[in-house]
Amino acid sequence: MARVRTGVRAVGAVLVMALGVSLAGCSSTGGKKAEDARKAAAAGGKSAVNTPRWTVAMVTHSGDGDTFWDIVQKGAEQAAVKDNIKFLYSHNDEAQQQAQLVDAAVDKKVDGLIVSLAKPDAMKAAVARAVKAGIPVITVNSGSAESKKFGALSHIGQDETVAGRAVGEELNKRGRKKALCILHEQGNVGHEQRCDGAKESFDGKMQNLYVDGTNMPDVQAAIEAKLQSDDSLDAVVTLGAPFADTAVKAKDSAGSKAEIDTFDLNEAVATGLKSGKLGFAVDQQPYLQGYQAVDLLWLYRYNADVLGGGRPVLTGPQVVTEKDADALLDYAERGTR
Amino acid sequence: MTATAQKTADERLVETSALRKLLGRPELGSVVGAVAVFAFFVVFADSFLRASSLATVLYAASTLGIMAVPVALLMIGGEFDLSAGVLVTSSALISSMFSYQMTANVWVGVGVSLLATLAIGVFNGVMLTRTQLPSFIITLGTFLMLTGMNLGFTKLISGTVSTKKISDMEGFAGAHDLFASTLTLGDVDFKVTILWWFGLVAVATWILLRTRAGNWIFACGGNKEAARAVGVPVTATKIGLYMGVGLGAWIAGQHLLFSFDTVQSGEGVGNELIYIIAAVIGGCLITGGYGSAVGSAVGALIFGMTSKGIVYAEWDPDWFKFFLGAMLLLATLLNHWVRKRAEASK
Repeated sequence: MARVRTGVRAVGAVLVMALGVSLAGCSSTGGKKAEDARKAAAAGGKSAVNTPRWTVAMVTHSGDGDTFWDIVQKGAEQAAVKDNIKFLYSHNDEAQQQAQLVDAAVDKKVDGLIVSLAKPDAMKAAVARAVKAGIPVITVNSGSAESKKFGALSHIGQDETVAGRAVGEELNKRGRKKALCILHEQGNVGHEQRCDGAKESFDGKMQNLYVDGTNMPDVQAAIEAKLQSDDSLDAVVTLGAPFADTAVKAKDSAGSKAEIDTFDLNEAVATGLKSGKLGFAVDQQPYLQGYQAVDLLWLYRYNADVLGGGRPVLTGPQVVTEKDADALLDYAERGTR
Repeated sequence: MTATAQKTADERLVETSALRKLLGRPELGSVVGAVAVFAFFVVFADSFLRASSLATVLYAASTLGIMAVPVALLMIGGEFDLSAGVLVTSSALISSMFSYQMTANVWVGVGVSLLATLAIGVFNGVMLTRTQLPSFIITLGTFLMLTGMNLGFTKLISGTVSTKKISDMEGFAGAHDLFASTLTLGDVDFKVTILWWFGLVAVATWILLRTRAGNWIFACGGNKEAARAVGVPVTATKIGLYMGVGLGAWIAGQHLLFSFDTVQSGEGVGNELIYIIAAVIGGCLITGGYGSAVGSAVGALIFGMTSKGIVYAEWDPDWFKFFLGAMLLLATLLNHWVRKRAEASK
């Protein structure tokens, strides 16, 4: 018993010391303070309209802790503040679960619904139920082909095949011969389309590599092994921003000369572009997808306005390289690009 | 559960009080938990108590409850099945791809899928009883192999990671009615999986409490060697239990296929733990020999209420797993406490 007590005391002492050090050792740059200052400088938090407080729910196929969807959510929240809208967000990466979340939103009788259709067939019935209940639906990100069929007002996102082709063309421009396409979400049709699109316009050879996106060390090991086993690979294309950084690490430890390029953007990618570690990025502007979806639902509720004329409203692809990196870095740092 | 206050002389005939009997039930802790969770969301989520919301909650509970029942039986029998989650996806994939590639009537694919899932159950059971290795290891192997095969075969056969549409094929409408139809009562839509779920719970409870096989299951999970010594066919019981998981996976998989028409090959990973969680919340012991099918249903219901209740309460879904974990701990602690109380009072 005495030994246990001593142990507890020792742990207590360490905790107190750690607290003391953290209080004394303030950083004068970066950190939470800098972030708060940036937030205060960003757009204000007051609604710009006097419409009733409508409720809009957004249900996506995002996994837990996904950076991309975090930015979409930020855009949506910003528009919700401006439009005096109560914004609810939920997500699940399993099709059945996502459909059930849509059901739950319909049960709540929300005034507008935003859904991503990464697995369209699974979402069909749930979206139909929302439409039947008279809830205006806007689809975002994936599902441009099904959006209209399912009865959604508009689709806001990027045509994945078009984005893929943009990557293939950019790779040609950079004189690449053999590329690797890293798919981090098995079963996501949009991801398949990206790689297929890139394969289509790319003059060299392109292979697909499936990795488990929820397990970063595994992603790195898989890319590393592939690069080691084939040294003729001169380009690696990742489908999500966080994976670009991992691919760079894999490339370094494999001693490969391949150029790392990526779909999507985040702070690390912007930094990578600036330092030349990354070749280029194809952005689909997630902030815009969230912002526009909420704003368009407001417009529909307020004025019955519909954008796109039955065609998808494209938010990408936007090819960004070293020369755009400086400006983007600022926006990425505050979490809106 | 009828009890009278009468006292008789023979100690074997001594009536235990209703309260004592209740305390001895494995699902008691979970029922208390379920009532608490229900009351909690009724207070904190204003749209929770609507009929349509409750139908959604029941649907969510049923899709995992269908699997939680056989998984609970298996746990009472003293074993695990980590391959249960992906087996559901396998079942849907086999059914869909067989029908499509052979251009066969959809029902043929459904039948082939049943045979295949039962065969995988037999494989798990035979490997386990032959090698005497822990079921954790055996089914971990099956889990990984199935995950790989789901993706590998789907890519090989369909060329993409999801299956082709089969909704325009013969027999689809009938199979859809059986596995994925919607029943409208009043103006509320109930999914047919809820009936499947209740049916399975009833059958499993009958097997456990009223048949010889039920005694065998409890005996296997309690003490395997002792069970064998008194003549319980341990090997057959365990193989049967794994086939039960196969059957559950078949039903859940067919629902997946016929409600969504196409199947994503990469899904199902991680769900096996959710089935186990539902069974454990429902009072199954990790060590086997104790638990109930009704408990697993209550566990599934708690899970369904929590996952959807968070949406109705408009909470940040980022915290969902935290609530789940906390609930699991609380339920297990409550079970443990109740059991100790019940045993001490015997």
